[in-house]
Amino acid sequence: MIRTGAGKDPLLRRPFSIHQSIAQGQIQIYFKVVGRGTEILAHVKKGEALSVFGPLGRGFRIAEKSPACLIGGGLGIAPMLFLAKRISQVKKDCSQDLIILGGRSRSEVEPLVADFEQLGLKLACSTDDGSYEMRGYVTDVFKNHDLPADCSVYCCGPEAMMARISAMCKEHHYPCQVSVESVMACGMGACLGCSMPTKSGIYAHVCLDGPVFDAEEMVWNI
Amino acid sequence: MEYLKESDSIPDLRVKIGTLVLDNPVMTASGTFGYAREFEPLMNLRRLGAIIVKGISLHPRAGNPPPRIVETACGMLNAIGLQNVGVERFIKEKMEYLGNLSVPIIVNVLGDSLEEYRQITERLCHCTAVAAIEVNISCPNVKKGGVAFGTDPSMAAAVTKVVKQESTVPVIVKLSPNVTDIVAIAAAVESEGADAVSLINTLIGMAVNLKTRRPELANVIGGLSGPAIKPVALRMVYQVARAVRIPVIGIGGIETAEDALEFMLAGATAIQVGTANFINPRASEEVVEGIGDYALRENLHSIRELIGALKVG
Repeated sequence: MIRTGAGKDPLLRRPFSIHQSIAQGQIQIYFKVVGRGTEILAHVKKGEALSVFGPLGRGFRIAEKSPACLIGGGLGIAPMLFLAKRISQVKKDCSQDLIILGGRSRSEVEPLVADFEQLGLKLACSTDDGSYEMRGYVTDVFKNHDLPADCSVYCCGPEAMMARISAMCKEHHYPCQVSVESVMACGMGACLGCSMPTKSGIYAHVCLDGPVFDAEEMVWNI
Repeated sequence: MEYLKESDSIPDLRVKIGTLVLDNPVMTASGTFGYAREFEPLMNLRRLGAIIVKGISLHPRAGNPPPRIVETACGMLNAIGLQNVGVERFIKEKMEYLGNLSVPIIVNVLGDSLEEYRQITERLCHCTAVAAIEVNISCPNVKKGGVAFGTDPSMAAAVTKVVKQESTVPVIVKLSPNVTDIVAIAAAVESEGADAVSLINTLIGMAVNLKTRRPELANVIGGLSGPAIKPVALRMVYQVARAVRIPVIGIGGIETAEDALEFMLAGATAIQVGTANFINPRASEEVVEGIGDYALRENLHSIRELIGALKVG
């Protein structure tokens, strides 16, 4: 949770996933300007202090023995670099792993690819308009790849995309985790603002119970 | 050099709500502090005057569908829908922890009927850890119940009467600002024996998304809180404090000790920190520290000297 300034407007912190971090205490976030908070954040100068509260919630649980397929769509690419780095550190064999990145056009995907390439994992990209790599959605890339039967899927992106990936994973019996987004005020389970309906009929809270959930728990609102 | 000697008079920050004596006037507002445990790793809970936990009903409530919150200018709207675990689970799962905190625990209660208010009061008064009850008659988010009690003086009085009859601890009635005359409601609950009133609860508002042409909240309307409502809250505290004899607890946009002290000047005996807890989890503790510093700096013998000391005219 990051405060974009010290004043009263915008008042609340904004939730972000961590794109990269290093042991020396630096974190990197990847975000898009979608409103006033991110607009202000985009204009923060080097050396300015920001109030950061975190890390919070539950992240992806890595299945160390199973081949991994990471899928990031649009801003959903943000948490995937962190995850890919962790996977390349903790898993002994990454030879069957695949990273799928997609966006609307070249500018949403290409600038991020170099960081992923450094990890040496197999990479496949798509853009809606075909301006970079394959034309189509990440769901098309996912469908076109022959994944191992014991593959674990990790996914973040627009809700419609995660719903589609979840359904495809169910068909193939791939365990699938999704990282979801919600507005939230506190990030620590106090405001109960970030409720998310689940199959069990009770509301989960993205800040504490998530943001990563088993895809099977989710009720998609599409 | 002047010889420095220990001051023998550290300012007295204690205030009294009915028979309950608080170490300082700072409480956490219901619904902004969970069940307190969430904040333990981040602050010293024991520094607080009192902790008011999330509103509890007789039966569990699932709350409203999302989106439940939206930020507005200098504030936020919420329509959580009084999500809570219900009184039995609250007592079973939360009470032991709260009882061991050695801070007065005030439980905020809500109901759909007088009978529900009675039953929940009876149930809670069997718990020794409950120092006081705050009666929520003002939450604007649930379609039935709540709202009717808080907007009608005779209904507000009726709830107060029922809870007072059953309660063995001080009863605070939390008032809704969404009324024509909040003084009339305050007077009505005082006449039925309320030990204190707390105000204000959230102001009903709404936000519209032009792009989607939809309301921002699934519930359409919600309660506005945060710095945006502070002037309205101060005005209401000022008016109520002049009209009633019972202590008034100020709530509304308090983020700092300065905010809190302004409420005390306007007539508040104590205050609650609400939305600020979401942004700065240490906000309430910092308010306690700031009030102490102020009292020291101003050579106050007691913080009570400030209550209602506003110079008007």
